[in-house]
Amino acid sequence: MTIFIPTPLRPFANGQDSIEVTAPTVAEALGELTRAHPGLRKHLFTGEGKLRAFVNLYLNDEDVRYLPAKEETPVTATDTLSIIPSIAGGYSELAVPADLPSTHDI
Amino acid sequence: MATTIEPVSLPELTTDELSRYSRHLILPEVGMEGQRKLKAARVLCVGTGGLGSPLAFYLAAAGIGTLGLVDFDVVDASNLQRQIIHSTKDIGRKKLDSAEEKLKALNPALNVVKHETMLTSANAIEILKDYDIVADGTDNFPTRYLVNDACVLLGKPNVYGSIFRFEGQASVFATEEGPCYRCLYPEPPPPGLVPSCAEGGVLGILPGLVGVIQATEVIKLILGKGTSLAGRLLLVDALNMRFRELKLRKNPECPVCGDNPTVTELIDYQQFCGIAPETPQEASVKNGIPQLSVKELKKRIDAGEEVFILDVREPYEYQIANIGGTLIPQNDVPQRLAEIDRDREIVVQCRSGARSQRIAEFLKQSGYPRVVNLAGGILAWSDEIDPKVQKY
Repeated sequence: MTIFIPTPLRPFANGQDSIEVTAPTVAEALGELTRAHPGLRKHLFTGEGKLRAFVNLYLNDEDVRYLPAKEETPVTATDTLSIIPSIAGGYSELAVPADLPSTHDI
Repeated sequence: MATTIEPVSLPELTTDELSRYSRHLILPEVGMEGQRKLKAARVLCVGTGGLGSPLAFYLAAAGIGTLGLVDFDVVDASNLQRQIIHSTKDIGRKKLDSAEEKLKALNPALNVVKHETMLTSANAIEILKDYDIVADGTDNFPTRYLVNDACVLLGKPNVYGSIFRFEGQASVFATEEGPCYRCLYPEPPPPGLVPSCAEGGVLGILPGLVGVIQATEVIKLILGKGTSLAGRLLLVDALNMRFRELKLRKNPECPVCGDNPTVTELIDYQQFCGIAPETPQEASVKNGIPQLSVKELKKRIDAGEEVFILDVREPYEYQIANIGGTLIPQNDVPQRLAEIDRDREIVVQCRSGARSQRIAEFLKQSGYPRVVNLAGGILAWSDEIDPKVQKY
């Protein structure tokens, strides 16, 4: 299946915008992804291995949170998994709290 | 939808307006009634920057009657690559004044209401309550959540747009049936986890693309025509020019728009987003990292000390300005520790002191015994030591 990597996380995936993995479920696809690109792990999972609350995952166009089997949902080679990050604007205060020319400076 | 305006109370169009809006009037989806709805409409644009520029411009051109603008910033040269409502002669001028001038030149009949303030929990309800629709063109998470919550509490649609590098998002939140921003993003990312545009930049036309999508959604809501983006998140990938769409659902457990809301008034959004106000003690030692002032650094260099400065910015930033530090961009630091001498004191430096603080913390965790952060970074160096060092 294809996993779409959003712009903010591409530096942790060798700059790639999508990555092909072979896995039976959403959870295992993410496991494959973070084994290949360990730098992504802390962005996607908490220290306890749970998916972070601000990370949105979409299997095709459906929010994984609303699928009956959630992350255990089976996937096929033609499915796409999208990681949807919070993006705030042209400059993100949160990302680098003090390293900004201005707070109203999209 | 936002159209609470009854046809009977709609304003008449003047002769000038009949000719100005003739291309709208012959569209069945707009027509005379639609154009009168636009004239009656009151829209608030939060921010007159990258997204706000095209948004306000097109809404003014389309014949929106009243346009509120919220901004407190002044025009900077670095804005002009994307904030097309401002021009070179406006550098240093208040964005609100610059925007008003352009909008009134385009459409003198437009009523512009300027709100020269930062939107806060204390003033948001008061400002938003007079408008039919809010268009969010802000640039930071606390204001995103503030605008969302205020819109939900007031029952006003929130036309959302957001950009990062080559990627944009757009949707319509807080309609009666649809989800809100918090249904999609219940929690903000913690500070420092997501790389920022200060490191990444943004393609100048991208806010144009996304801002125009927002303007389109505003117009459709007023007209009550078409299918709005409510319940859908539009993803724009400008680099591959790919538009994708995801389904958004209203979360029954959403703390603000769910069945049993726990947020029933505006909260402290800085705190919610993990941005703690700085205390004086933090200034000298922050998260265990001593903060070195630029004056102190200069004194030590002048005294002949060979200080090791680690510059963790990106190569293009180093080209703009540097103070002779060793360049290792922050994302490369973990792989290039071998180049950083553990036995020396490491002065970590970036543009303003934020990225360098993170890397200083990382180095300390990696076992470097003496790591300090250059407070204020190269900006402070330019301000306090050497104005010839280019600020950016």
